[in-house]
Amino acid sequence: MGKRLVLTGNHAAAYACKAANVEVVAAYPITPQSPVVEKISEFVETNKLPNTRFVTVESEQSAITAVVAASATGSRVFTATSANGLEYMYEMLSWAAGSRLPLVMCIATRALGAPWSVWTDHQDAFSVRDVGFMNMFCEDNQEIYDTILMAYRIAEDPRVFLPAFVSYDGYILSHTFMPVQTEDPEKVAEFLPKLKHHIDLAKLTNPDQRTKGVNPVTTPDIIPRPGEKPAPGYYEFRYSMQKAHEYAIEVIEEVAEEFSEVFGRKYGNGIYKEYRNDDAEVSLFAVGSIASECREAVDVMRDQGFKVGLVSLKLFRPFPIEHLRKVFQDTEMVVVFDRDIGYGYEGILAYELKSAMYAADRHPIIKGYIVGLGGRDVTKDQIVKGTQKAMETKNKDAMQKDTHTDYLGLKLEELGFKRGEN
Amino acid sequence: MVHTEEDKEYEKNVSQSILASMQKIVTGEAGKTGSWRSMRPIFNADKCIVVKTNKPTCHLCWLYCPENTITREIPPKIDYDYCKGCGICATECPTDAIIMIPEQKEEGNLESQEQKEEH
Repeated sequence: MGKRLVLTGNHAAAYACKAANVEVVAAYPITPQSPVVEKISEFVETNKLPNTRFVTVESEQSAITAVVAASATGSRVFTATSANGLEYMYEMLSWAAGSRLPLVMCIATRALGAPWSVWTDHQDAFSVRDVGFMNMFCEDNQEIYDTILMAYRIAEDPRVFLPAFVSYDGYILSHTFMPVQTEDPEKVAEFLPKLKHHIDLAKLTNPDQRTKGVNPVTTPDIIPRPGEKPAPGYYEFRYSMQKAHEYAIEVIEEVAEEFSEVFGRKYGNGIYKEYRNDDAEVSLFAVGSIASECREAVDVMRDQGFKVGLVSLKLFRPFPIEHLRKVFQDTEMVVVFDRDIGYGYEGILAYELKSAMYAADRHPIIKGYIVGLGGRDVTKDQIVKGTQKAMETKNKDAMQKDTHTDYLGLKLEELGFKRGEN
Repeated sequence: MVHTEEDKEYEKNVSQSILASMQKIVTGEAGKTGSWRSMRPIFNADKCIVVKTNKPTCHLCWLYCPENTITREIPPKIDYDYCKGCGICATECPTDAIIMIPEQKEEGNLESQEQKEEH
C-alpha cells in the first residue's frame, strides 16, 4: 500500500512521475510550475529515481526539444511549464504531436502576458488547443496524481500514440497542500507497463540496422518508394493524427474504468464529472478551479430549491461531442464559466460547447460568462449570481442571440466608471 | 453520409498504422537541398588540424554542420548534394581551413547540372 502524503499539486505531479518511473525529464523553471521539476530533480539527485536522467536546459524550447528527442528513442518522458514558457514551447508541441510521441506534460495554468501576471487563468492551456495534444483538467491534487498515471497509459496505448497535457490551476492547486494517496511502484507498473514505442531513433545511426523513424520531409503528394509501400504525404499523417484523437475517447473511458478498478478512485467517466446533475434543469459547465467553485454554488442553489447541477469537463481535447450532447439532452440551460477568452469571440468553453450542441436533437440555451482572469478570486456568490441572472432573464432567446458576452467579478465601478455619466 | 461501423474500423486501422515511424529513413526524398546554396564551402586540407595530425582530433565542422553533410573522416568530406551553404563550418573552423565563396554556375553546381539535364 502506498503512503498517504500531504502534498501540493506540483509535488503530487512529481510523485506521479516517480510512480510512473519516467526515464527522461527536462524542464525550465517558471512560476507556478517550478516545484514540479524541482521535486523530480530532488528524486533524481537522491537516487530515488535511479533510472531517470534529468536534463538541465536553458529554456522551455530546449526542454521540450530534449524530451521530444528522448521520447523518439523510446523513453517515457516528462516536462512541465506555465503560460509564457508554454508559448515558448509552441513550435515543438506540434512536432511532438505530429511525430505521435506519447509524452505527458503538466501545465500549471497561469495568465499570459502582457500585462505580467503569475496568477491562474486557463488562457495558456486553451491557447495550445490545436497543436494535437490531448488535454485533461484536474480539480484537486489527488486528481493530478491519478490523471498523470492515466495520461501515460492513454498516450502510450497503441490505438492512440498522442501526447497529453495534464492541466491544473496555478497556486489554487499547484501550491495548495492536500492529502494525496500515493501508490506502490509495483502496482503502478502493473497498470502502466513499460512503454512499447513505435519508434526508436537510437538505432538510426547503425547502417546495418536502419530503423524506421520520423519522416523528416513530406511532400504535398505521397512518395513512391521502390521495394516498399509508398510513403504517406503530410495530409495522410495529419489525417491519421485526427483519427487517433477521435477514437482516443473510447480508450480514455476504458482506462478511467480500469483505473477505478485497480486503485478505487474515479473521476466521472474520465471525460466529465457530474455533481448533483441527475435531475438538473440548469447545468453549470466549467473546468478546473472554476468547476470546484461551481460545486459550492450548486449546493447553495440546491438549498434554495433550484434544480441546478454541474458538469465539470475533464477532457478538453479530444472534445467529447457525443458525451456532451447526451449529458445535456434534457437540460434547459447550460451556464458556462470561462476563465479565458477566445479574444475577438467569447469564452472558449462556451463556443466549443455551442458548436458541439448545434446538431443535437434539442439543445439547451447556452449562456457564457467570463470569470477570474489573471487570478481574480472567483467566489461561489458570483457563480450563484450569474446563474440566477441567466435563469431570471425572461427573453432567453434574446440572451442567446446577444453577441456581447458577460463578465463576473469585474471592478470597473471601483475604478470610477459609472453608468449614465458620460 | 454517415460513418458506418465499417468506416470506423477502417479509420482506426489507418490511425494506428500511419505513424511517424512507418517508413525507413532515406536520404533526399524531397530533392537535393544543395541546390539552395548561394555560398560554397571550400576545404583547404593544408590548414586542417585533422589532416595535419592525421587523427580524428578536431572535426568541429562535422560536429556543427546542421545538415550532417560533412563526414568524420581524414580528411573530412563535404556532400555538396545537400550542403545548403550556411557557412557554420567555416565560422567554427579554428584554422580557417574552410572558406566560403560565391556559388558560380559554371563550377558545376546543382542548378546548372539540372539545367543541363533538362536540355
